[in-house]
Amino acid sequence: MASHYEAPIRRPLIIGEKSYHDISVDIARPVEGRANKQWWIVFSIALTAFLWGIGCIIYTISTGIGTWGLNKTIGWAWDITNFVWWIGIGHAGTLISAVLLIFRQKWRMGINRSAEAMTIFSVLQAGLFPIIHMGRPWLAYWVMPIPNQFGSLWVNFNSPLIWDVFAISTYLSVSIVFWWTGLLPDFAMIRDRAVKPFQKKIYSLLSFGWSGRAKDWQRFEEVSLVLAGLATPLVLSVHTIVSYDFATSIVPGWHTTIFPPYFVAGAVFSGFAMVNTLLIIMRKVCNLEDYITVQHIELMNIVIMITGSIVGVAYMTELFIAWYSGVEYEQYAFLNRATGPYAWAYWIMMTCNVFSPQFMWFKKLRTSIMFSFFISIVVNVGMWFERFVIIVTSIHRDYLPSSWTMFSPTFVDTGIFIGTIGFFFVLFLLYARTFPVIAQAEVKTILKSSGERYKKIREAGQSLVGTGSDVRISNSARDNSKNLKK
Amino acid sequence: MYTFSNKLMTFSIILMVLGALGVGYGFMTSHKSLDEVKTILAEEASEHGSGHAEETTHESATHDEHADEATHGESSHSTTEKAQHDDSHAEHVQKQIANRPWSALYVAAFFFMMISLGVLAFYAIQRASQAGWSPVLFRVMEGITYYVLPGALIVFAIALWAGPHLFIWMDPEVMANDEILQNKSGWLDKTWFSVRALIFIAGWSLYRYFSRKYSIAQDDASNIKNFKKNFRISAGFLVFYIYTESMMSWDWVMSVDPHWFSTLFGWYLFASMIVSGITVIALIAIYMRAKGYLEFVNDSHLHDLAKYMFGFCIFWTYLWFSQFMLIWYANIPEEVTYFVTRIEQYNFPFFGMVVLNFVFPFLILMNSDYKRVPWFIVLAGIAILVGHYIDIFVMIMPGTVGDRWYIGIPEIGSILLFAGLFIFIVFTALTKAPLLAKGNPFIKESEQFHY
Repeated sequence: MASHYEAPIRRPLIIGEKSYHDISVDIARPVEGRANKQWWIVFSIALTAFLWGIGCIIYTISTGIGTWGLNKTIGWAWDITNFVWWIGIGHAGTLISAVLLIFRQKWRMGINRSAEAMTIFSVLQAGLFPIIHMGRPWLAYWVMPIPNQFGSLWVNFNSPLIWDVFAISTYLSVSIVFWWTGLLPDFAMIRDRAVKPFQKKIYSLLSFGWSGRAKDWQRFEEVSLVLAGLATPLVLSVHTIVSYDFATSIVPGWHTTIFPPYFVAGAVFSGFAMVNTLLIIMRKVCNLEDYITVQHIELMNIVIMITGSIVGVAYMTELFIAWYSGVEYEQYAFLNRATGPYAWAYWIMMTCNVFSPQFMWFKKLRTSIMFSFFISIVVNVGMWFERFVIIVTSIHRDYLPSSWTMFSPTFVDTGIFIGTIGFFFVLFLLYARTFPVIAQAEVKTILKSSGERYKKIREAGQSLVGTGSDVRISNSARDNSKNLKK
Repeated sequence: MYTFSNKLMTFSIILMVLGALGVGYGFMTSHKSLDEVKTILAEEASEHGSGHAEETTHESATHDEHADEATHGESSHSTTEKAQHDDSHAEHVQKQIANRPWSALYVAAFFFMMISLGVLAFYAIQRASQAGWSPVLFRVMEGITYYVLPGALIVFAIALWAGPHLFIWMDPEVMANDEILQNKSGWLDKTWFSVRALIFIAGWSLYRYFSRKYSIAQDDASNIKNFKKNFRISAGFLVFYIYTESMMSWDWVMSVDPHWFSTLFGWYLFASMIVSGITVIALIAIYMRAKGYLEFVNDSHLHDLAKYMFGFCIFWTYLWFSQFMLIWYANIPEEVTYFVTRIEQYNFPFFGMVVLNFVFPFLILMNSDYKRVPWFIVLAGIAILVGHYIDIFVMIMPGTVGDRWYIGIPEIGSILLFAGLFIFIVFTALTKAPLLAKGNPFIKESEQFHY
């Protein structure tokens, strides 16, 4: 890893007079405490939405896909829109934990744990849709290449929908392994602090007997780097494969080569927006403002601004090439998006995705928590519409005017979407009460280089010797803390 | 301060002279009369036996108008039409032969311009992201980007000078008979092409000029005002760059095949550009360090550069594959001709470059110990540079010379000419300022950087 010297120009990532002990206490607090009334209220709302969603799913499967608003022209609408949306949201977690690790971004440490949790929970939501949108979901196992009694009837590996199966299942498994590996030292910390035998037992099981020896740490670091190196191409390829679902087709508006990197950029864009939404609330309710600082939010806003601009360039490129291609179907597809019956969706998408992130060029706005929260919601609305626009507007009017139709969702379409949002929050709320939401082991590694207190000591030209211990729990540090006040 | 060694200067001048001779030879031998071309074709036909029919079908992929005629001629078998077809075929081949030295010159000029433009983008990214490892390499990068202005002007000049030799849409006669091109004439227009090119070049050079100015002003400054200015213009430049790079790729490269289009093209070219740029930073840093000029550049810096080379090799392959696979998969006639030509006529370079640009560097640079060994980086770097030259070659040549391609004297001469010019300009620029940007607030972090 990078050396211990840090340029004074870099701003602190941990605010306040934190010691190693403070970090443990602050992070363990939500796990060790009891849920308050607000938590139960929010949890009940999420659970209700989830149960409603389950009801809609059962109704769909038992009655038939005809309960949705799909028709013969539009075979994909909310189902795949939601699928791509959720997968896209999941990408920020891997981006924060893997890509930012590769780029040695220390600020990721305050947010990576929750971002990865968000990845896993949203990939789970996404994973529902490929199954429930099937006409015969009970035969879903046929997509797996399993030797069987039909003369070993096999799947056709030419379909991007099959690639999806492999992409998403690999993505989910690797994300879980990556996440859990990082959790071991943190679970061990909770285990070692636990006073109640039941909690001690649970966290002993979860932490796999982590004892924090030098050799363990060395291997831990290596595994993290290797997994980050694998997760980065994985995260790119997963959303690329999702984009192939459309781009390999011959539908005007779908068949375009820019989709792979553009979908990935959009995924990072919407994923970071979701991380921002969640963390702005979490830092408040869990009292973690010292670890998830305004600088973290600002940096996430910058990522949102950059990826939003990349998405903007892709929109312009698509528009230009549609005109330049001279293909009338392609030209009409884009004309229809901008002026057809779904123009409202297109312009919502444009406003939310292209214009709103541009506000982040202003420091005042991107360092405003309220504004960031607002924009993060706007972006996720915009990205939902992006998928909706790509999917529905391209197929509701394509080659044959005689098969032009419209699409409107039924309550089952919306119910299932609401259900996945509910399920996501059920999982996330449970996570926030039982898991260490910040990677304490990682944050402790940057305390001395990027903690506010240590930055001040260094700026004052004083030695860091002995400053790691906590005055409240050890005597040795007292003299040093006196030094500090000089 | 760096002093341009006499040896290297002489070497670069020799390269330029040799290159100029090669280019001159290319132009002198490319003017074939129709009869000469017919003799060549007859010789080829006798060599290949019945291979001629096969060749005409090959032709169909390159130039649709001609191909229609050709297949028509073949199928009707009437003697007059056959003779007419032979004539127009010979004319077509004559054009391709005449285009070859132009294309060779253009590919090489573009390749070296692209390297320095890629470095400029990488440099701006390093500044905008406040990287702590790279400031010790800033002066090397600034030296390389000195080539952006002359390089881009040369590419632009060749484009205009070659005109229809490279861009058939610049030929009024072709334009008059081609309805598809007429529809694009709002974009594919010589005046607009020039205006756009000048805007791109002006934007890139202005950023380069001011960034360098602030960077040097920062060296002895008491505050970090210049550093901050540089940060701001770098962010601004990146926005300008992402748009102009895309448009440049449509103008300068994609419009060589004006019937074809791909939305990914700009980003694909960007991948090629940035990976070659980073490779050249690494190669020049290794060279200068070996000469004792960059004692503050340690193995970790090389390791990081090699990681970027490795990463962007994969990124390039990702985009190459995505563009190719999506078009191959959907197999829509108006797009797929692009790859049909390349696979049929450029099979070896088209797939060979994937080995050079991906497989070889991927295997070499996977190991983290190897990434710290200059020798390995140089080895991978050479493969990457050759591979990306071929990448550009395969982008341009099929649209201009078709199956008449060969890497011979005109191509190698052009490479030598621009390599010599590149070395001369870059190393001259390196002598102009101290090699350590000492006023940068991250410079100490960068000097102590260790991975």
